[in-house]
Amino acid sequence: MSKPKLAYYLAGGCGGCDMSIVDLSEALVDVAMALDIVFWAPTVADAKYKDLEAMPSGSIDVGLFSGNVRNSEHEHIAKVMRDKCKVLIAFGICAALGGIKSLVNLHTTEELMETAYIYTYSTDNPEKILPQTSYVVDSKYELTLPKLMDARTLDQVVKVDYYIGGCPPHHEHVAKAVTALLSGQLPPAGSWITMGKAVCEVCDKNPVLKGQPKEFAKTVKRVYEGVPDSEKCLMEQGYLCLGPVTQGDCGSKCPSVDIPCRGCGGPIPGVKDFGLRAVSAVASMLENEELVDQIPDPVHLFYRYTLAGSFLGKRIKR
Amino acid sequence: MAWEPRIIVIACQWCTYQGADLAGSLRYSYPPTVHIIRVPCSGRVEPEFIAEAIKRGADGVFIGGCHFGDCHYKEGNYKAIRRFKLFKRLATDLGVEPERIQLEWISGSEGKRFAEAMTEFDAKIRQLGPNPLKEGANV
Repeated sequence: MSKPKLAYYLAGGCGGCDMSIVDLSEALVDVAMALDIVFWAPTVADAKYKDLEAMPSGSIDVGLFSGNVRNSEHEHIAKVMRDKCKVLIAFGICAALGGIKSLVNLHTTEELMETAYIYTYSTDNPEKILPQTSYVVDSKYELTLPKLMDARTLDQVVKVDYYIGGCPPHHEHVAKAVTALLSGQLPPAGSWITMGKAVCEVCDKNPVLKGQPKEFAKTVKRVYEGVPDSEKCLMEQGYLCLGPVTQGDCGSKCPSVDIPCRGCGGPIPGVKDFGLRAVSAVASMLENEELVDQIPDPVHLFYRYTLAGSFLGKRIKR
Repeated sequence: MAWEPRIIVIACQWCTYQGADLAGSLRYSYPPTVHIIRVPCSGRVEPEFIAEAIKRGADGVFIGGCHFGDCHYKEGNYKAIRRFKLFKRLATDLGVEPERIQLEWISGSEGKRFAEAMTEFDAKIRQLGPNPLKEGANV
């Protein structure tokens, strides 16, 4: 039997998801032996778009797509990947729900371009020249750049079979997902590959797991304010933690070192809009409604990783 | 056809929904743009419900619950106001006009207040104009 074929593409991402696969370390040797990696751009393999485009439709068994869809190039390759791959996986929170970089949707592309190329203090651009999608050199050579767009999730562009959360996905979770993939033990199409438990359920600070009642937060603190008590739940101490609504496949890594969960793992099953469910969970754990006004910046806190995949998706233009 | 607002009212079955019923029994009139959804408690109202209504083209969303101390489930309305306040801040930052969403306590005996609140809210939404996100069916 021939080995299953794997393709990997990094779109609007940082390469962290690629690293989490490399982090499989010894397990990677077995994985690499079991798989035939036909395309991995632009990080690991020396592959060209035209090689991918030349492959027959449906010839690749599994496609991993990391990063959000941010420009016309990402959109094109997303469509090519969908055509070539039997199973397409949104790998990491950017591809699944937009990721931290989808916070760009709070601004228009024009605003971002002006800030980056004209108004920053260190920029010297008196003629206000902005990058163009096409430029002709010596009146015969045309140079092109992809067109920048609002950040989108992969499933807003093409149909996605599975989602894996995390920024990046924890390598132990990747190992489990790859094992499930290779043995064919996959959940129904369209679902997240997750154990289905929240961060709180695997957090050793959770008072409920120790048989104690959970207390309301009496203050709202930011991470730099004071030193948290390592034995107590961060939420009880006022450090707003999104653990209650986030998938715990990471094994509660951040809370275990006194850093509140920021929700990179993606929503637990049954949640339609991560940020709003987090609003619901966090607000009901505050002692009184005045504390709500002390939360400095709700959008960046609750939608830190999921703005593109939210109901509203971006700031509404009036 | 001239634009008519579509207003979603999410009403607690123990108070605001009873208030709406009383408004009807007492023959108080309120605008026909109001569409009432009954829920067990204002604490049942997820911010997702409000956002989905706005995304699907509702011009205004009104949530009605019991006065403090009157909640059938003791603390549902306390949870509701915390969630609502936080959601309203978040929605405002995302460009939703804060006037489009409102939370008010209307008890089962306040039929008149219900009719008044609906009339005021309808007038406010008419002033604001159509929801810029209008993508729902224009029925």
